Amino acid sequence: MKRYTYTDKKDTRSGFGDGLTELGRTNPNVVALCADLIGSLKMQDFINENPERFFQIGIAEANMMGIAAGLTIGGKIPFTGTFANFSTGRVYDQIRQSIAYSDKNVKICASHAGVTLGEDGATHQILEDIGLMKMLPGMTVINTCDYNQTKAATIAIAKHHGPVYLRFGRPVVPIFMPEDEFEIGKAIKLTEGKDVTIVATGHLVWEALQASEVLLDAHGIEAEVINIHTIKPLDEEAILESVKKTGCVVTAEEHNIFGGLGESVSRLLTTRLPKPQEFVGTQDTFGESGTPEQLMVKYGLNSKSIVSAVRKVIKRK
Amino acid sequence: MSTTKLNDMVSQTRRDILRMVHKVNSGHPGGSLGCAEFFVVLYNDVMSLKEGFDMDGIDEDLFFLSNGHISPVFYSVLARRGYFPVEELNTFRLIDSRLQGHPTTHEGLPGVRIASGSLGQGMSVALGAAQAKKLNGDNYLVYTLHGDGELQEGQNWEAIMYAAAKKVDNLITTIDLNGQQIDGATNDVLPMGSIKAKFEAFGWDVLEIEKGNDVEAIQKGMKDAKLKTGKGKPVCILLHTVMGHGVDFMMHTHAWHGKAPNDEQLQKGLAQNADTLGDY
Repeated sequence: MKRYTYTDKKDTRSGFGDGLTELGRTNPNVVALCADLIGSLKMQDFINENPERFFQIGIAEANMMGIAAGLTIGGKIPFTGTFANFSTGRVYDQIRQSIAYSDKNVKICASHAGVTLGEDGATHQILEDIGLMKMLPGMTVINTCDYNQTKAATIAIAKHHGPVYLRFGRPVVPIFMPEDEFEIGKAIKLTEGKDVTIVATGHLVWEALQASEVLLDAHGIEAEVINIHTIKPLDEEAILESVKKTGCVVTAEEHNIFGGLGESVSRLLTTRLPKPQEFVGTQDTFGESGTPEQLMVKYGLNSKSIVSAVRKVIKRK
Repeated sequence: MSTTKLNDMVSQTRRDILRMVHKVNSGHPGGSLGCAEFFVVLYNDVMSLKEGFDMDGIDEDLFFLSNGHISPVFYSVLARRGYFPVEELNTFRLIDSRLQGHPTTHEGLPGVRIASGSLGQGMSVALGAAQAKKLNGDNYLVYTLHGDGELQEGQNWEAIMYAAAKKVDNLITTIDLNGQQIDGATNDVLPMGSIKAKFEAFGWDVLEIEKGNDVEAIQKGMKDAKLKTGKGKPVCILLHTVMGHGVDFMMHTHAWHGKAPNDEQLQKGLAQNADTLGDY
């Protein structure tokens, strides 16, 4: 089984910032908007290089979504930047009517998703955003796992016509993905295994890789880890092919088990290939203050939880 | 365009509005009738428009309807300006139609650039379009229309603050001051004080068209508004209209905000508005 290592750690939001900077140099139609969180979203380099293509909106996210929709009329490709909570729940109707229903080419880029936002607590830790966004017709939903993948995704979504929700996070995490091109909707198989499929997204991908090593070393279980960066449209064939072989699946995400990746996989399997599934995610709860590491442990979002879920699902085969 | 010709178009538009909502027994005639003069003048005497329609609208004026429920007047004026066949007004609110209850881009209706209906979003969209024009070195203008009751939505005030702060001076926003909303007079539902003073306090250049149902007054007011653009401030027009204007029993009341006339009422309304250009 392939084992993953890393030499460097970085936050995924820096991948967004660097991807945006590169887009600023290569695509004159890319414009950026921010609602008073330039530093958090790592947008300063883009702003320095393209001041005329940056719009500081102030603390007014609803206005930001509308302005972004308007900027597409005239050929611009707007990237909005704020926390995931303020990118989705706060402005759901603006996104629904002015962006999704109006088919506007807006890229909603959302940092600080999930409990790993940390000490600010539950008011800022959205665990419902994937569900909200994947329910919007025509919306592409992407949740990246490390710096490299976030940077590549940021660049890739500029080439895709249509609304996109790009979700990433605050904490520093291992960089383990290669600097590859990013293909929207294409799952990445990270390890080969025959006993269980682990479908993970975002920060849980690294945890899934850690879990796969423990599973092999301590339990002799060979896990096939799939990195699902695109939750919608879901790479259904990749998941079916793997589960056909392994006969069971664990999904892992930093999101409520209601409405997230797990439910998308569950719908797929129920209709095409019914097999046992276990869900790693938050259990219909809000988060709280704490360090990202403490919160990952307390809310069962780590390799240990994935190992338990795998041992449980294998027994149900 | 001559005032006589514009008045003929207004009369026809009123007939279109009444017939559209009557046919499907739904829709919003009150606000539509009240804004008939504004729409006719805007699309036929004020805006610079290219032939045909493309979404980007570069090198032409743009219009965004924020209070999307007055779609009947919007559809009638778009159709009669040549954006789509006038006969298509027959499909208003019917299944499989491009003329949805509230305007949308989803069905590809030419002339519509944003969905509206959920109130308070149009000004933000217009600001983005206006700023895109500036980035593109496109000197044409962006126009919007909003209901007065719609200003109760908070997003407007985010947009109003932003427009002045960012000197979006290629924008002419019109507020339809008819003083009515669904539950009654705006002054009873949620009094908003002086809308003029509010816009001015936010840093806008405000002008009033006291006779918002008079074609000549609108022509003059829009000309004045245009002269105020490009001077560092967004421009607001307070358009004093009468809801239901042109159909006596629908005037001065919120009762016809979202109610269609019956057969008899339709005939009464049509009798007050001459068939000048031919019914669809």
